[in-house]
Amino acid sequence: MPHPQSFTCSSPPVDQVGVIERAKRFQTRSVKTQSKMQGLRMILSMIDLTTLEGMDTPGKVKQLCFKAQHLHDSTAGLPTVAAICVYPNFVALAKRALGDSKIKVASVATAFPSGNTSLEIKLDDVRMAVDQGADEIDMVISRGKFHAGEFGYVYDEIAEVKNACGPSRLKVILETGELGTFDNVRKASDIAIAAGGDFIKTSTGKIKPAATMPVTLVMLEAIRDHYFKTGEMVGMKPAGGISNAKLALQYLIMVQETLGDSWLDNHWFRFGASSLANDVLMQIVKQNTGAYQSADYFSID
Amino acid sequence: MAKAKNNSALDSVQILKTYKMYIGGNFPRTESGRYYSPQVNGKSIANICRASPKDMRNAVVAARSAQPPWASRTAYNRSQILYRIAEMLQGRSEQFVAELQIQGLKTQDARIQVQATIDRMIYYSGWCDKFQQLFSSVNPVASSHFNFSVLEPTGVVVLLASQTSPLLGLANAIAPIIASGNTCVAIANEDQPLSAITFCEVLQTSDLPPGVVNVLTGKLDELMTHAAKHLDVNAIAADQIGTPNLEAVRADAAGNLKRIADLQIDWSDDNQAQNPYLIEKFCEVKTTWHPIEQISSSGSGY
Amino acid sequence: MSKMKTSLWKLDPAPESSDHISLESSYGLFIDGEFVESEGGDKFATINPATEAPIAAITEATDTDVDKAVKAARLAYQKVWSKTSPTDRGKYIFRIARLIQEKARELAVIETLDGGKPIRESRDIDIPLAAAHFFYYAGWADKLPYAFPNRTPKPLGVAGQIIPWNFPLLMAAWKIAPAIACGNTVVLKPAETTSLTALKLCEIIQQAGLPPGVVNVVTGHQKVGAAIVDHPDVNKIAFTGSTAVGKGIQTAIAATDKSCTLELGGKAANIVFDDAPIDQAVEGIINGIYFNQGHVCCAGSRLFVQESVFEEVMRKLKHRIDTLNVGDPMDKNTDVGAINSKKQLQQINQYIEIGKSEGADFYQLQCDLPERGFWCPPCLFTGVAQSNRIAQEEIFGPVLAVQTFRTVAEVIKKANNTPYGLSAGVWTDKGSKLFNMTAQMRAGVVWANTYNKFDPTSPFGGYKESGFGREGGVHGLAAYVKI
Repeated sequence: MPHPQSFTCSSPPVDQVGVIERAKRFQTRSVKTQSKMQGLRMILSMIDLTTLEGMDTPGKVKQLCFKAQHLHDSTAGLPTVAAICVYPNFVALAKRALGDSKIKVASVATAFPSGNTSLEIKLDDVRMAVDQGADEIDMVISRGKFHAGEFGYVYDEIAEVKNACGPSRLKVILETGELGTFDNVRKASDIAIAAGGDFIKTSTGKIKPAATMPVTLVMLEAIRDHYFKTGEMVGMKPAGGISNAKLALQYLIMVQETLGDSWLDNHWFRFGASSLANDVLMQIVKQNTGAYQSADYFSID
Repeated sequence: MAKAKNNSALDSVQILKTYKMYIGGNFPRTESGRYYSPQVNGKSIANICRASPKDMRNAVVAARSAQPPWASRTAYNRSQILYRIAEMLQGRSEQFVAELQIQGLKTQDARIQVQATIDRMIYYSGWCDKFQQLFSSVNPVASSHFNFSVLEPTGVVVLLASQTSPLLGLANAIAPIIASGNTCVAIANEDQPLSAITFCEVLQTSDLPPGVVNVLTGKLDELMTHAAKHLDVNAIAADQIGTPNLEAVRADAAGNLKRIADLQIDWSDDNQAQNPYLIEKFCEVKTTWHPIEQISSSGSGY
Repeated sequence: MSKMKTSLWKLDPAPESSDHISLESSYGLFIDGEFVESEGGDKFATINPATEAPIAAITEATDTDVDKAVKAARLAYQKVWSKTSPTDRGKYIFRIARLIQEKARELAVIETLDGGKPIRESRDIDIPLAAAHFFYYAGWADKLPYAFPNRTPKPLGVAGQIIPWNFPLLMAAWKIAPAIACGNTVVLKPAETTSLTALKLCEIIQQAGLPPGVVNVVTGHQKVGAAIVDHPDVNKIAFTGSTAVGKGIQTAIAATDKSCTLELGGKAANIVFDDAPIDQAVEGIINGIYFNQGHVCCAGSRLFVQESVFEEVMRKLKHRIDTLNVGDPMDKNTDVGAINSKKQLQQINQYIEIGKSEGADFYQLQCDLPERGFWCPPCLFTGVAQSNRIAQEEIFGPVLAVQTFRTVAEVIKKANNTPYGLSAGVWTDKGSKLFNMTAQMRAGVVWANTYNKFDPTSPFGGYKESGFGREGGVHGLAAYVKI
């Protein structure tokens, strides 16, 4: 494992204007007919259906779990979403509600969303979620420490959390909206990957801007560099702000052109979203029927 | 110890000046050994080097190697050196007046010429660190880039110098060429080359680095062809060399797409001779692009 | 990781529709405000290089036609344009700019059909920039004295303008807009393989009500261009094209008073330092050489990579090349379209053979190509030496020559070691190094941490054998006035 302090100089610089230009070019891609249907189904299968509200209740979580398994029953042959994403205290409930569907339960942890507590409490938070049966843990990095230049602290913390995850896969939320520059996003990505994160994830959804294509591209490039160097794949999860099918398709184009086909799978790529699924469903039904759809015909949970 | 005789100057035997050429800061004779004897009023004024193509080549080599360091001097420094040339001219003005007289000028006209030469040198000295601000631009492109255009010297410029104004025309044409950082190979006035060579003595003692200005004497029609065809010459300034000559130079210059400046200037006219566009003529416009990061205080764009 | 053509998610064709465009089956010449038939000139077909199907018949103008066009331009100059107020000149040009915007999609489609460039580029770059160019110079028409302090700029008269086939409408805009803004009248010859958008521009010019004769367009091959250059009543020649032809023009007008600006070939160095933002640099390399199939005079055709990052850059570059879509230019997802002509394809292939025979290592995108049409998938050579012909000569195609370097001094020397001097690219995150590099490059346009950017406000043009004069910006005005 590289010495954490080495991250201060090993991350390559990022030119923001160049990244934005490149991201825009993905958006000129036009996805039509069969490839569109294929893409839309892929998006559904990659969604982490999320509820992370202070007012979450068992009822709300149960509804979401039902939705996850029955996206739009009037359309046959749809995939299910990849996972349900909830707070730790709803993990057991979600696990029960999802039964033997293959849908995973992801839990945020580590004093989500701020991450401002002690390492011990964070680790307890993680252990609790894992004990309740969480398949995946979405942690937040300590942005304050990161900005203070304590990259070693950030690295060690991620490594400890990874350790506490046991068999559960770890998604490391960088909260890019608080990192300020693409150079920092790149550096944080490199730290998270080196410390053992199975996924890197843009945002908590509580801070704007959340996921953007340029930010995601910078993170994908970090994943690619790691793959080129080590042959190890790391997953990516943009979260927050991706609410329509067209944008999600452009994300998939970006993943394919940056990382390749191997990442076009929900084991390696996820969308953290609450309202994306319905827009994708509307597009699928439109493709099938030829008629533009209304939101009234798609259940909101 | 023998005492110097107290003879008056008029009684002693005159030591005649040998006029050589000015290449790379030295005063060599032509490698060819050839000479010619320009005449004023039917009388030979001196034996003058008749430069060969090889001399031209040597001069271009000197100019080429002097060019990047000259261009990388600060504009302030180039300005001071041009001013120094004016100072040295002032100090030797009587010698120039005398030489111009030998070349056929009346005393009063010679004095006017010398004074104008000094003044023009000061004029262009002042432009060295200003023309850039006049001709540069920041270009408001419709994308997130900082974009600016500046002038850079063209490189090595051959001056086919004035056949009518042997000192003023030469110096006045050289000054805007070198002000921006070009180096120059000048072909002196064929019939009146004396003041050109003496001007080089001024240049040599004015902190001007060797090779920045080189002066050849000889036959214009012979030398201009080699200059125009020379692939390491970037531009030619032709000072009223006559239409047939100009056309020949233009055609020869196409070999490497030299810039040709046809100087239609009356050097005695301040309005024409004092002209920053003469500096611009021997410059290239370079445009540079660089991205500008888009992060405002609100974080938008990030 | 490379995306083979058996990709598990392959995009379906997304063709731009072409049912909204209007084209004649045969075009005459545009002289004195009217489309007229040639006096004795033949017609030739302009073809779609992606299908080899003929699109329309184009006129081969004769010397008589050129003379008529110059006479019309002279008359318009004397009787009308030189007497039109600068403000009104500007207003006509503004009208042209607006009309181009209104017809932008039609022009983009025609540009792509006729020239083979991807619709993405004609739609997003060529046509919007052409409109922007007219907008920019329209505004200069009544402000010219401010551009030349202490001088009174005057028009030159009749300008003969000859443009290439790589950016047909955009080059027409670069030439016509500043010329007529400064009060000149114009005889323009588009390239023989791409005349259509220039002729569509004539329709726009008619619609804009520009006085007859201010802009005239004659079509045909090189002979037509030569007739313009040789015409005694033309005051100025503006040419964009090859260095060989440029030299010919300088020679041809040596015995005249014609003024001249030339925008010629290039062999630009694109330099990547080890401290560069590598991923963006790779994208810049791609844009630098594969934009418009490499048919770009300022293409970054010589790549210099610092040895310490050579492996990384090459791996990423090849990976990116593999994601490029080559094929139907009308498909919105096409990145690299058709080579403009059979002749050009032959030249490119010839250079690829030369590169191979010189011993350089060759890498090319493997992909299916349409059966008809002219195609060359993006490719590159590594192990190239400065003495290789592919590193010295302009190929004008999607062929990149890659070299390595160790030090700043070495790369400056190699980059400038060419008779050309049009453009250069530099990639480094270090400001002080960057400013030194941009200053050291003997080239008229230097892109730092970006490449192949164009803007009407930004002067463009070369050093050395890449020509003289500038197009664009305030400096572009000097080409069309005497002061």
